[in-house]
Amino acid sequence: MFYREAGDFKSTYAEDQALFPIALDRWFVLAAAVMACGVPLVASEYWLSTIFLPVLILSIAAIGLNLLTGYAGQLSLGAGGFMACGAYMAYKFTTAFPELNMVVVFALSGLSAAAVGIVFGIPSLRIKGFYLAVTTLAAQFFLLWLFTKVPWFVNYSISGVPTAPPREMFGVPVTGASASVEARYYLVLALTAILALLAKNLVRGRIGREWMAIRDMDIAAEIIGIRPLKTKLTAFAISSFYCGVAGALWSFCYINIVEPTAFDINRSFAILFMIIIGGLGSILGSFLGAAFITLLPVFLNNAPALFNLQISSTLVSHIEFMVFGALIIFFLIVEPHGLARLWQIAKEKLRLWPFPH
Amino acid sequence: MVGEKNEALLKVENISLAFGGVRALEEVSFDVMRGEVRAIIGPNGAGKSSMLNVINGFYHPQKGSITYKNRRRAQMKPHAAAAAGIARTFQNIALFRGMSALDNIMTGRVHKMKRGFLWQALHIGPARREEMENRAFVEGIIDFLEIQAIRRVPVGRLPYGLQKRVELGRALAAEPDLLLLDEPMAGMNLEEKEDMCRFILDVNEQFGTTIALIEHDMGVVMDISDRVVVLDHGKKLADGTPAEVRGDQAVVDAYLGVARG
Ligand SMILES: Nc1ncnc2c1ncn2[C@@H]1O[C@H](COP(=O)(O)OP(=O)(O)OP(=O)(O)O)[C@@H](O)[C@H]1O
Ligand SMILES: [Mg+2]
Repeated sequence: MFYREAGDFKSTYAEDQALFPIALDRWFVLAAAVMACGVPLVASEYWLSTIFLPVLILSIAAIGLNLLTGYAGQLSLGAGGFMACGAYMAYKFTTAFPELNMVVVFALSGLSAAAVGIVFGIPSLRIKGFYLAVTTLAAQFFLLWLFTKVPWFVNYSISGVPTAPPREMFGVPVTGASASVEARYYLVLALTAILALLAKNLVRGRIGREWMAIRDMDIAAEIIGIRPLKTKLTAFAISSFYCGVAGALWSFCYINIVEPTAFDINRSFAILFMIIIGGLGSILGSFLGAAFITLLPVFLNNAPALFNLQISSTLVSHIEFMVFGALIIFFLIVEPHGLARLWQIAKEKLRLWPFPH
Repeated sequence: MVGEKNEALLKVENISLAFGGVRALEEVSFDVMRGEVRAIIGPNGAGKSSMLNVINGFYHPQKGSITYKNRRRAQMKPHAAAAAGIARTFQNIALFRGMSALDNIMTGRVHKMKRGFLWQALHIGPARREEMENRAFVEGIIDFLEIQAIRRVPVGRLPYGLQKRVELGRALAAEPDLLLLDEPMAGMNLEEKEDMCRFILDVNEQFGTTIALIEHDMGVVMDISDRVVVLDHGKKLADGTPAEVRGDQAVVDAYLGVARG
């Protein structure tokens, strides 16, 4: 009996409503936190900069899209566009006010993306599902077009793709190419942890229930007094905030350049796949999905060498597409709650072990 | 008990509602007194559900007025109705299928929870207290309805009878003044029906909640309702105590007519 709910009695609602009501879950989370903090001590710089940084940043974006699509049920293909919003606004804010603390800059860029998200969320009152997805797709293309065509967003830089300006926090460089990968990792890790915690709080409270109510049956939700427009726009705003912060971090702490191609339609689809594979309506699933989608190509690229196979890299990339396609169909049909649900099932098995009755 | 008896909590006057050529309601008038259990009966397609939809603002009648808590309106709005203390259940269960029974019932309390999203994201101080207080209230309802064991189960996985109970719980969570129940016992076995009857009567007696319910089972209607209004083809046929209605020739004809054809 490794994992148990039974016998772990709660005597107050406060205990029952704690973030991780089951003792062993708390240990899991603590262990994960300690491991995350210790990663730079053991992982190579290559792993830190090509695996851990992007996984964490994409987790933020995946949480954002999951709030909107997984919890509030509003299908969106515009995640990349809102990430671009955050990246370009972070560039504008930090070049206009170089002294401004970077955390404040990231928050402001998130807020800018949230404002744009609200505007593009307005059609959601009238249209649903596929048609809503098409309007968010329009947002995606419009925003990227805007940032590419209007030189004001890049301060009229000649190349059009400015590098992320170097900024310090507590005397340590945290952005731009000169910042150490450890410093960038810890900044991103701290923001990811805080944002994940806030998202978890939101989804287990009134707002999360309103989102899910709208997702499951909007007419009944309206009749018990939930305002659909306000609820949906809140979801668009908060979701876009998360995507905006993720986009800013992507440009400032990962690729060190503010460019539109990082946030194109492929990015939007990738994030959608993350939440489908990771688990719709799950914060944990957002992390699992981001890790999975980032690691799968790495694994597929290295697997042939591991097994001494000669496979051309074009074939590998074809295989990558096929595996993704198959997995997405599998999860959509068989397990819409994704990896997070599989993890839960594994825990239930563990809980009953060794007496599976 | 809130307010006085013998005072109309709700009064609908000359309500007419049509969908294209279908006249769902024609010049229907009746009232619901504070604290009473009022039944609406009638054959299939008589317009009973439409009447409830008019009362809580889901349908907007073309004619007539709705006077609720002494305020007269040409039509209700769903949100305003909910805020003014009208809660309901549906003929075809309208629960949030992906959510647990507990969360479903908690959604009934949206009007009692005011803290904004920043407080909720932080989940400290007032937001936390608000969540606890409302949770305690909802646990009271869960005990009352005897569904402690299924709190955490997603409602989509519950059997029909329990879903109906959870839906009643969600309506009760709003602490309504007027509770509208659309066929709360349809499709239930005898035991489940008896339980549901008991809950309805208990709600009415313990909380003084005024109840308007639609029901096909005449035995149940005669047992639990104070007064009955009979609809047929969108028109009001009769209105009175169960005994009066049962003796009414027009009602007998309408029901026999249905039985024959
Ligand atoms: N949304 C709608 N659109 C078109 N017609 C409708 C709509 N709602 C109800 N009707 C029609 O109005 C009439 C009354 O329907 P209603 O559902 O109110 O009957 P009911 O008395 O509840 O019947 P039942 O016992 O079958 O539930 C029916 O002819 C129905 O087809
Ligand atoms: Mg009906």
